[in-house]
Amino acid sequence: MSAPLLAEFDNPEALVRAMRLAAADGHRALDAFTPFPVPDLTDAFAPPRNRVRPAMALAGFGAAAAMYALQWYASVIDYPLNTGGRPLHSWLVFLLVPFEFGVLIAAITGLVVLFWTCGLPRLHHPLFAIPQFERASQDRFMLLIASKDADATALRESLERAGALLVAEMHP
Amino acid sequence: MSGNAQPHRWIARERLGYGEICAAVADPIQRRGPGRAWVIAFLGVLPLVLASVIAIGAVLTIGIGLSGVNTTVVWGFSIANYVWWIGIGNAGTLISSMLLLTRQHWRASINRFAEAMTLFAAAIAGIFPIIHLGRPLYSYWLAPYPNTMDLWPQWRSALVWDFWAILSYLLFSLIFWFTGLLPDLATMRDRAQSRLGRKIYGALALGWRGSARHWAVYETFHKTMAALAVPLVCSVHSIVGLDFAASLMPGWQESIFPPYFVVGAMYSGFAMVVVLAIIIRWGLNLQALITPAHFDAMAKVMLFASIVMTFSYATEWFMGWYGGDHADRAVVSYFFTGDYRWLYYSLLFCNCLMPQALWFAQVRLNLCALAIISIVINLGMWLERILIVWNTLSHGHAVSLWRTYHVSFYDGVILIAPLGLFAFGFLVLARIFPIVSIHEVSQLAHDQGAARGRAS
Repeated sequence: MSAPLLAEFDNPEALVRAMRLAAADGHRALDAFTPFPVPDLTDAFAPPRNRVRPAMALAGFGAAAAMYALQWYASVIDYPLNTGGRPLHSWLVFLLVPFEFGVLIAAITGLVVLFWTCGLPRLHHPLFAIPQFERASQDRFMLLIASKDADATALRESLERAGALLVAEMHP
Repeated sequence: MSGNAQPHRWIARERLGYGEICAAVADPIQRRGPGRAWVIAFLGVLPLVLASVIAIGAVLTIGIGLSGVNTTVVWGFSIANYVWWIGIGNAGTLISSMLLLTRQHWRASINRFAEAMTLFAAAIAGIFPIIHLGRPLYSYWLAPYPNTMDLWPQWRSALVWDFWAILSYLLFSLIFWFTGLLPDLATMRDRAQSRLGRKIYGALALGWRGSARHWAVYETFHKTMAALAVPLVCSVHSIVGLDFAASLMPGWQESIFPPYFVVGAMYSGFAMVVVLAIIIRWGLNLQALITPAHFDAMAKVMLFASIVMTFSYATEWFMGWYGGDHADRAVVSYFFTGDYRWLYYSLLFCNCLMPQALWFAQVRLNLCALAIISIVINLGMWLERILIVWNTLSHGHAVSLWRTYHVSFYDGVILIAPLGLFAFGFLVLARIFPIVSIHEVSQLAHDQGAARGRAS
């Protein structure tokens, strides 16, 4: 098994075309690196189940419920204070703080899940050792692909035919 | 878009490659010095920053008597400033998230600094309730924490709602802004020339690689945050409205207050975004990215908000009369004939009359006129907030307590000086982080065909 190849393209359409050609030949595309999201690549690589939203919903509703319970406990059980005959359990205004707090906790949870799913923070990665990779965040579109053969020459040539500007090997 | 002669709808150049976009946004920060205009502006705002710090220090040590408040008009500049700043703060995230949800792709050029505007404005707004507390050293009593006094916060108090609203909103906006910035920090890391730059941006970018998997999760998270931001923003400013509406004072106890405050926030916020956009476009030479079409769209939103505000004022007058309560009717007539009537007429001119000029395309496309109108709107919105406070408190239920407010020197300082603090924050930010979203503008250039030459 040879090292995976990183092929550089100057537009996303060429990358998607090359990826489909290589996949048709039986090679395995591992990932793509682009300066902005490309829908075709999202379809190809995104995990089928994305846990961001369920986690945010769970944490948000949970935090809101906990905050409501805290308000109820504080005002009804632990420190009942009669202000002008208003009910101790003033549920209408007790909805305000749980909403704010729930949204905040949902946001924090979402950020944590985003980092967790993406494996961030990770300050070094073998890809950063490849000089051309600097441009994946600027004006180049990179495809990381593993050859099905021990010798990657055939894959390299087919990528270059499909319009790759530069093809490099990634060494872990 | 009528009268739009530019080659692409939202990009003012025939061809704008990805590299050029990166260079246009990142190079003023990484390759070029700050420039004379920046240095002059920076030195110009430093005295104001100092004045803010001194004013805050003074009110914390001497006390609330520095302000012009009295036993009748117990709220003053601090509260009006708080509502004004939180209004501007609300608009940034609201604009960014609503435009994301409605797929208005032109937001790419303005959302980043609109979000930054939110951060600074909300942070400044958060200062005011604390310095107006009278006993600011006890401000932490607003948080529920186990204490030896066996006390709990009063959950029915508007002050406690404010605490949670500001806290949640500030942290939420920080997360929303940072998430949007993350891919651009990676771009900055990869373009940095100095070792220090690589280290700082590298650490902040957290190892972002722009992988297709990253982007998929990123987009889900960002859209979900936008969907949460809209109700959050509305709730935050509604809570500010409830600070007034939950009272028993004539002119305040109105169910229209929460929505009326939300629209007011969007109105002044859009005006502030226009002012900032004009300055940033000129200062950083971003004419290709922030185009006349952007200003046209923002001006139309301001015009709409102006009409809604006018209706809100009219509803307030009508309900005051229709409700039939003597105190309510007296306050409405006090608006027009009382001690502050000239300020009230100015407010109507600034918020209702002047923005009607935006019906004309010539005005919307004339940046000078647009800047003047936007500043006038912000002035009008501040007058609105101070008059909400003054008119009601000066003319409440008890006739024997009727008094007016007398502006003190300290009031003037806390009105003007935080503007310098805000400008200071922006000037520093503009030298550190990309002020326009690189990855979103690149995507826009791709979708509009500008990255490859001809429009498709």
